[in-house]
Amino acid sequence: MKTLFDKLWEDHLILTRADGASLLWVDRHYVHEGSHHGFRTLAARGMEVAEPGLTVGVADHYVPTRGPVATPDIARMVQTLADNTAAHGIRLFGLGHAGQGIVHVMGPEQGLTLPGMLVVCGDSHTATHGALGAYGFGIGATEVAHVLATQTTWQRKPARMRITFTGQAGPGVGAKDMALAWIARLGADGARGHAVEYAGPAVRALSVAGRLTLCNLSIEGGARTGLVAPDQTTFDWLRGRTFAPADFDAACADWASLASDPDAAFDREVTLDMAEVAPIVTWGTSPEDALPITATIPDPSRVTDPAQASRIAAALDYMGLTAGRPLDSVAVDQVFIGSCTNARIEDLRAAAAVLAGRQAKVPGMVSPGSALVKAQAEAEGLDRIFTAAGLDWVGSGCSMCVGMNGDVVAPQSRCASSTNRNFRGRQGPGARTHLMSPAMVAAAAVTGHLTDVRPLLEGRI
Amino acid sequence: MTGWTLHHGLAAALPLENIDTDQIIPARFMSAPREEGYGRFLLHDLRRDGDALRPDFTLNHPQAQGASLLVARRNFGGGSSREAAVYALHDAGFRVVIAPSFGDIFAANAVNNGLLPARITEDQADRLLAACPAVMTVDLQAQMLTTGSDSIPFALDPVWRQKLINGWDDIDLTASHAAAITAFTKTRQARAPWVWPND
Repeated sequence: MKTLFDKLWEDHLILTRADGASLLWVDRHYVHEGSHHGFRTLAARGMEVAEPGLTVGVADHYVPTRGPVATPDIARMVQTLADNTAAHGIRLFGLGHAGQGIVHVMGPEQGLTLPGMLVVCGDSHTATHGALGAYGFGIGATEVAHVLATQTTWQRKPARMRITFTGQAGPGVGAKDMALAWIARLGADGARGHAVEYAGPAVRALSVAGRLTLCNLSIEGGARTGLVAPDQTTFDWLRGRTFAPADFDAACADWASLASDPDAAFDREVTLDMAEVAPIVTWGTSPEDALPITATIPDPSRVTDPAQASRIAAALDYMGLTAGRPLDSVAVDQVFIGSCTNARIEDLRAAAAVLAGRQAKVPGMVSPGSALVKAQAEAEGLDRIFTAAGLDWVGSGCSMCVGMNGDVVAPQSRCASSTNRNFRGRQGPGARTHLMSPAMVAAAAVTGHLTDVRPLLEGRI
Repeated sequence: MTGWTLHHGLAAALPLENIDTDQIIPARFMSAPREEGYGRFLLHDLRRDGDALRPDFTLNHPQAQGASLLVARRNFGGGSSREAAVYALHDAGFRVVIAPSFGDIFAANAVNNGLLPARITEDQADRLLAACPAVMTVDLQAQMLTTGSDSIPFALDPVWRQKLINGWDDIDLTASHAAAITAFTKTRQARAPWVWPND
């Protein structure tokens, strides 16, 4: 009896050393502008890329979302990726390419990530690809160099964990809320050392976009990877994608075995009831600082553990929040819809459903996850809903989620954001980030404060 | 990478939870060439108020200068996979970080740069934080850290322990398995031909 993760592990296992370290085969290696350290190591050792055909370059972290590249330094990062991929014969989805986008959006979208693959990238959100039944995880620069040089990676097998979502999501509740719910319960390091498989009827009911969001946030709970067993929803979504297998039905027949056996044992099991999952926002400086929008801001004076109390107090100080106030009374200065977490077409549709015919009270920008998502949204008229509401419609990239391309939130400004990290300074020095679903960001835009989206959806979904 | 077994140095306290890699090195510094050193970026925004260093921040205390061990609270190095976080610690002179838990990717990156991520319990972290700044000795072979009369065992993956002690380089190690990799590549091509994308 094997879990899905056991099967993926065995399918890529080349050998295990006596000390327990295992050498795994890598099917797909995505590189981006930040991978320059890895290429530099390769050059210093005079080595070639072992499997350039299995390596894919994507410009996302530093690319501009409007106008020219912000600074010469940033231009150099984008150019270095183009130079490195050209030198090694690696396919590049560079700036201006019709398939360019955020790596965790464009990879699955192109069919470059497929069920059963082992996928790595020098980016912690690589577990996103697990939504298709792939084993995806983030690696550092030394490991990037190793994968470039050998197409393999040394790993210790993580423990197996299953998070089951029972029941069904209520209106206005989606994958982002499911993810923040488990991270709030278990903590930002709650799944450390574990490969998490998401299961249960509420996961089965998710679209592929929802599954990508759920798996994307695995790292925010400390998990090594996140997985959803592929099913007909997955296969239907992949069929016809640019790099989907030529004999697609044969591949689907093979992928159908990618599921945990009925009696497979997990090292850890957690169950969440969707009846208890409401639209969620974060209030602090870690994704674990998440509460239903109907809650009040935590009060450190009511927390007994002194380390915990001081961390809450420090977070509230950074965030400029008052303990005990209702979360939905917190005014925001701006909004951002984008990132590898929530910038797919379904995310943009969810935000547009709230914004249609309404005005945003605060400025904000909408950055689609890829050039293809952008084109699709424009074909559906979503861009006009956003711009009519007063939001900026811009190009695709990591943008204001990480602030590397110059899209930043000003110091002490408060941003309702569909991104993945509310860390101090993540969206810019001193920036105050509240994480939530794209629909909740749209609701905050409409009212100018953190807002329960559900009343705004009445009669619309 | 040079291996090591014993480290003796000054330990500084960073008594905070969830020090993510965005705090260890903010993203805006990551386009800098490594040759120029990343030490000046370490905890850049956390240790400053505007442009001025915050005198109340532990790592800015005069007694903490020259520290090569850092004691922190749980989930040190969570978040982004940026190895630059390890470069910042390394280039600022740190060789050991001690905490109740680490982000998995950070810990792997640390070991790849000879930096020890030593796991201890929450209670032991409280004790060590109270003792800082203090001179400590880390013995990798015995997996023990000592300060004054207090000796504390720390947890570490045995593979990582050997890697730190021997200064192993993974690319060199993997070269000895070239035949197994070649054989596996053929198996994989037969088993999942769609992994190789068409042009």
